[in-house]
Amino acid sequence: MKGLSRRAWIGSGAAAAAAAARDSLVLGFIYGGPKNDLGYNQAHAEGKQTLRGYPFVNALDEASVPETVAAEESMGNMIFQDGAQAVFATSFGHFDPFTLNVARRNPNVQFFHCGGLWQPARHPQNVGVYFGFIDEVEYLSGMLAGFATRTNKIGFVAAKPIPQVLRNINTFTMGARSVNPNITTKVVFTGDWVLPVREAEASSSLADQGIDVLTGHTGSPRVIVQMAERRGIFANGYQFNQSSMAPRGFLTGAEWHWGTVYGKYAELLRAGKSVSDGSIPRRLTGTLKDGFCRLSPFGPQVSPRARQAVAEASAKIIDGSLQIYRGPIRDNTGQLRIAPGVTLGVTDTELDKMDWLVEGVLGRTRS
Amino acid sequence: MQADVAMEEWGVVLGVAAGAVRGSIPYLFVSLGECLTEKSGKINLGMEGVLLMGAMTAFAVSDQSGSPWLGLLAAAIVGAMLGAVHAGLTRFPKVNDVAAGIAMILFGSGLAFFFGKQFVAPMAPQLPLIDLGSWSASPAIHSALRISPLFFCGIALGFALHFVFQRTRWGLRVRAAGDDPLAARSIGIPVDRIRMTATVAGAGLAAVGGAHMTLYFPGIWSEGISGGQGLMAVALVIFARWNPLRCVAAALLFGGAQALGPSLQAAGQAGYYHLFNASPYVLTLALMALTCSRHGGVSGAPGALGRNG
Repeated sequence: MKGLSRRAWIGSGAAAAAAAARDSLVLGFIYGGPKNDLGYNQAHAEGKQTLRGYPFVNALDEASVPETVAAEESMGNMIFQDGAQAVFATSFGHFDPFTLNVARRNPNVQFFHCGGLWQPARHPQNVGVYFGFIDEVEYLSGMLAGFATRTNKIGFVAAKPIPQVLRNINTFTMGARSVNPNITTKVVFTGDWVLPVREAEASSSLADQGIDVLTGHTGSPRVIVQMAERRGIFANGYQFNQSSMAPRGFLTGAEWHWGTVYGKYAELLRAGKSVSDGSIPRRLTGTLKDGFCRLSPFGPQVSPRARQAVAEASAKIIDGSLQIYRGPIRDNTGQLRIAPGVTLGVTDTELDKMDWLVEGVLGRTRS
Repeated sequence: MQADVAMEEWGVVLGVAAGAVRGSIPYLFVSLGECLTEKSGKINLGMEGVLLMGAMTAFAVSDQSGSPWLGLLAAAIVGAMLGAVHAGLTRFPKVNDVAAGIAMILFGSGLAFFFGKQFVAPMAPQLPLIDLGSWSASPAIHSALRISPLFFCGIALGFALHFVFQRTRWGLRVRAAGDDPLAARSIGIPVDRIRMTATVAGAGLAAVGGAHMTLYFPGIWSEGISGGQGLMAVALVIFARWNPLRCVAAALLFGGAQALGPSLQAAGQAGYYHLFNASPYVLTLALMALTCSRHGGVSGAPGALGRNG
């Protein structure tokens, strides 16, 4: 039995994998939750699936990788056993220190993280980050909500008051109010990314308060969309296409399209480029225009008028004539946040510090 | 504006009341199940695992067969099986109930996550509701009064268990097994068999509580669905002093507390949401401290709780 030790067995497996890896580009993906959550993780898993269209790529993935040292284990296995040349870590908590540690130990492998903040002084050179700016899509989604509401009250179930979530609440509200300035948005913070029972309670309470369009920003707002359908009100999704949860009341939603990003990386890596020597950008970001994100297909109750208005606004955003962060913009306490005449692009880093809710939102960012 | 304020205040009351009805069901079934188990002298901390396994099984079976009732039945059976494993393990004199229970939490939740992977997908057929609110023009009231039949079953079960413990021969034997197994054995009561039955039935009930979560509220299967409700319900039994009627009251209280944070925020009380969201947990701690200290100990506990012999 000595001759068949586990180590030797794994070693031979790794050699075979490495041999296979020579003819194809092996990419590894790790997700923080299940691949079929109809939310954040599924959006990434679908992105990885589009790599099937690239015959030179062999893409592997692992779901529900915890944000612990187990993430290092998973990435390590992809590198040593499957010969992965690049690893994509998609959950925020995978970045520091887990991805960074594995990157330090494997300088010849490239690491890409979704949403991490790379610091030149402290972090290894073979780590890149990528992210999308979905504000404009939230704005368009909010416009449809603005056309649909009868009570002029919109509900938003949010996980945490962090800048990314606040940007979505604000742009959604701004989109809705661009159609009808009497609209207000009520926000309920649940406190974490996946809390199905509390999300359902929050949705139900908002419906009790007379809102008639419900949306949210959680790991997967499918509970929110489903509760809206049950209460007979409209729903806008987020992260991924959730129309299946609300066949009657679904309007649209802002969803990620990571396939664009992963395809881009696959092409760059095949051409022998690397983030260490700067031939792959350290920070790869994009917006609606770049196809990083998009609107979900419209539901059956979206009016032709709303369709047309959103199509026009979308075209204007893409050609640059509609800037959604154009001053004056006040927060909901009346303070001027973006001065008249000032316009911030969605990629402006100033917006990453957002800690306020825009005029028309009922809620507070501090607890 | 006046009407808005009235609506907001009403909304909180309604939200908490409706939350007490729909949110109490998992607490109700788990705590009654645990109450039955503990009355016989066993502790089953593994209820968290049973709850998750019940939730997953109900959703999976409902999805595959198209019948939510079949899902409910399957959940009860799977729960009972987990209960049998726990009871079987802890029969041995040197196996500690609490340690085995913690192992069962990990086992049950791991199993549920493993088999539940493919069921994270959309929706399974849901349990039908009893519509008591069709008289109301307000959609909020109407929705609050669409009540799951499991709620009424749970309340009835609380009364039934109370009756069984107080008035029936079998109830007396369960209590005897829990209070003093040696004395019970000496008059010929089959203690091991009674404990096995109570643990199996208790876990079966708890699994029905899990089925409620995936077949009505919130009506999906997700790995984060329980949020520790199984463990809180075990604590709730201590607070209810092993009295099924008090379990019912405590479950309603916890269900309502769970809805307090979201409904206050929805009504415009935006601050301190972390505090209000924590109310079920704060309540658990506060009640435990209160009930344990006033009488200098936990009165009403079965005499041989958690001891083998």
